[in-house]
Amino acid sequence: MMFLQRIFAIIIKEIRQLGRDRLTFGMIIGIPLMQIILFGYAINTDVRHLNAGIVDLADTYASRKLAAAVQATQVVDFVVTANSVEGLIDRMRKGDIKVGMVVPADFDRRLADPSRAAAQLLIDGSDTSIANIAAQLRDMRFDVRSVNGAQSAGLFEVRNYYNPERRSVVQIVPALIGVILNLTMVLFTSVAVVRERERGNLEMLITTPIRNIELMIGKITPYVVIGLIQVSIILAVGILLFNIPVVGSMLDLYAASLVFIAATLSLGLAIYTWAKTQFQAMQLTFFTYLPSILLSGFMFPFDGMPPFAQWLGKLLPLTHFVEMIRGIVLRGATFSDLGPSTLALLIFFAVMMTVAVLRFRKRLD
Amino acid sequence: MSNDYAIVASGLTRRFGNNVAVNKVNLRIPRAKIYGFLGPNGSGKSTAIRMLCGLLTPSEGEVSVLGLSVPRDAEKLRHRIGYMTQKFSLYDDLSVLENLEFIARIFGLDRRRRKTRIGENLAKYRLAGFAGQRAGTLSGGQKQRLALAAVTLHGPELLLLDEPTSAVDPQSRRDFWDGLFELADQGTTILVSTHFMDEAERCHELAILDKGVLVAAGVPGDLSDNIDAIVLDIETQQPRRSRNTLEQAGFVRAVTQLGNRLHAMVDPGLDEPVGRLQGMLDDAGLVAQVQVTPASLEDVFVAATGFRNGAGG
Ligand SMILES: Nc1ncnc2c1ncn2[C@@H]1O[C@H](COP(=O)(O)OP(=O)(O)O)[C@@H](O)[C@H]1O
Ligand SMILES: [Mg+2]
Repeated sequence: MMFLQRIFAIIIKEIRQLGRDRLTFGMIIGIPLMQIILFGYAINTDVRHLNAGIVDLADTYASRKLAAAVQATQVVDFVVTANSVEGLIDRMRKGDIKVGMVVPADFDRRLADPSRAAAQLLIDGSDTSIANIAAQLRDMRFDVRSVNGAQSAGLFEVRNYYNPERRSVVQIVPALIGVILNLTMVLFTSVAVVRERERGNLEMLITTPIRNIELMIGKITPYVVIGLIQVSIILAVGILLFNIPVVGSMLDLYAASLVFIAATLSLGLAIYTWAKTQFQAMQLTFFTYLPSILLSGFMFPFDGMPPFAQWLGKLLPLTHFVEMIRGIVLRGATFSDLGPSTLALLIFFAVMMTVAVLRFRKRLD
Repeated sequence: MSNDYAIVASGLTRRFGNNVAVNKVNLRIPRAKIYGFLGPNGSGKSTAIRMLCGLLTPSEGEVSVLGLSVPRDAEKLRHRIGYMTQKFSLYDDLSVLENLEFIARIFGLDRRRRKTRIGENLAKYRLAGFAGQRAGTLSGGQKQRLALAAVTLHGPELLLLDEPTSAVDPQSRRDFWDGLFELADQGTTILVSTHFMDEAERCHELAILDKGVLVAAGVPGDLSDNIDAIVLDIETQQPRRSRNTLEQAGFVRAVTQLGNRLHAMVDPGLDEPVGRLQGMLDDAGLVAQVQVTPASLEDVFVAATGFRNGAGG
């Protein structure tokens, strides 16, 4: 029981100190709010009335109806009618249109075949916000299509020109939970413990009977709660401001976040055993942060990365969390569907905790 | 052997790169006594204390503390010793009471014992009026009393106090020492480092450290009696010129100025020391009164450190 009392002592102390540290407290609320609003608006793509062109090689009742339906979405205005695909691409290169719609000659037959896309959208990807309309139009329901066929291939085949990656606020915001937690959790823990060393408290602490593992658990526990608060802030803003649909269950979402928080906190502790100063802790944090952003699938599609980059990405907790959170929020996956990712995060947590506990010495040398 | 002594160290050495911070120090620190480490800044006091409580690994040498080998068994000692760092190391952003509660919990005191021990120490170290005040806003003396209250909460057998009074006014220092004597009377062994002579004089025993070397050790009175020099007190209106004159003589080992007096230490075998020095000063036309005086601890310190330093010239 004595060990529980010691862990409890550390937790109480951390919470009291946190409550009095206005800067850190402000960062707990401020960083997620600022990041999600900046990211969210920067990529917010409620696109309307884009100039578009069309090539209708089928010229049937169904194809004209499709063009009318697309126009009715108000997402695009057809301002150009071209005779060939090449002509359409030419107008896009000149910048006259941002979107091109190609209706192939065999449109009616394709429409009856649920395994094939019925038509093609050409997207000027050099303006990233435009890429998102692909997603909107692809998922559009078109009632000429055979009603009972599963639309596994989507109505359109989407061709992205000039920018291979497709981004959308719906994809970005859930993953932002991970990106923000990855930064704040690692930073808060490593800075909180290094500060204790810098202020000289550690020399006192290591002459008490506290054990390494007790110190580590006591240190990270308050931050688990803080992490969950941050998840709630990001979710609330995402749902209220950016209309993110949460398809899966909230419970699964929080469960996944909890596992991820544990993993990032343990990384913070491990970093702390290397860093001598708060500044070094911050440097090391950013050293792990950048690869996380680049390799996790948050910025670039994970499947499109070269094998080595994928392999590196798999070592990072954010990669697994992005996978999980997109699954839960967008695809309605349940926590139990995501066993491999959960396992990966738990292994990461166990390894980092072990590293931190073994590397931490109750010595000054 | 280890029953009579709280701490036994032999050949204790610690190097930082090429710098030898503590150099082949042998120690025997008796139980229930106040033992002092006297030495100027950088003489290795903190390094030695850190090795004794297992915070630093000795480069060489053996340490036994309360019968346990250090650093090997350092963790077993945690409940039995209390270490007060040179720099205030409790939490500035916690209140006096919160700091004490934290330490009490960490040392595993149950709720009843926490309450009584904290109450006792708040009263004993006159902190009850500041219980709710943040530690960071306390004065030097109050901080030091808080540190002592915290380090004695769990009733340690051995206290290691690293320069506890260096940031404290004289009245607080006196009160602090009264507290130490009370603890020693109750059976606590106390190792305290200082660079104040008057504090060192109050210790039951002390060791003088200089550049990492233990240059003298023993009971302060014995150290004065056994000083390897004759100490002469010189009263004069021209202390600086007198000092210059005396330092010419080969048998004068060291001269210290104390206002309008000088303390000169001369070779112990010297015949007629008073007459020889009086003669030198008279010949130089200086008005001075020379007489033999008992050695102060300061003289012991100068004799122990100064001679060694001046050994080359
Ligand atoms: N961690 C350290 N790294 C390098 N040198 C050190 C370290 N700690 C102490 N020293 C050196 O060891 C010597 C003794 O220092 P210290 O034990 O702090 O002396 P004191 O406490 O008597 O002032 C000094 O020269 C100091 O610079
Ligand atoms: Mg010191």
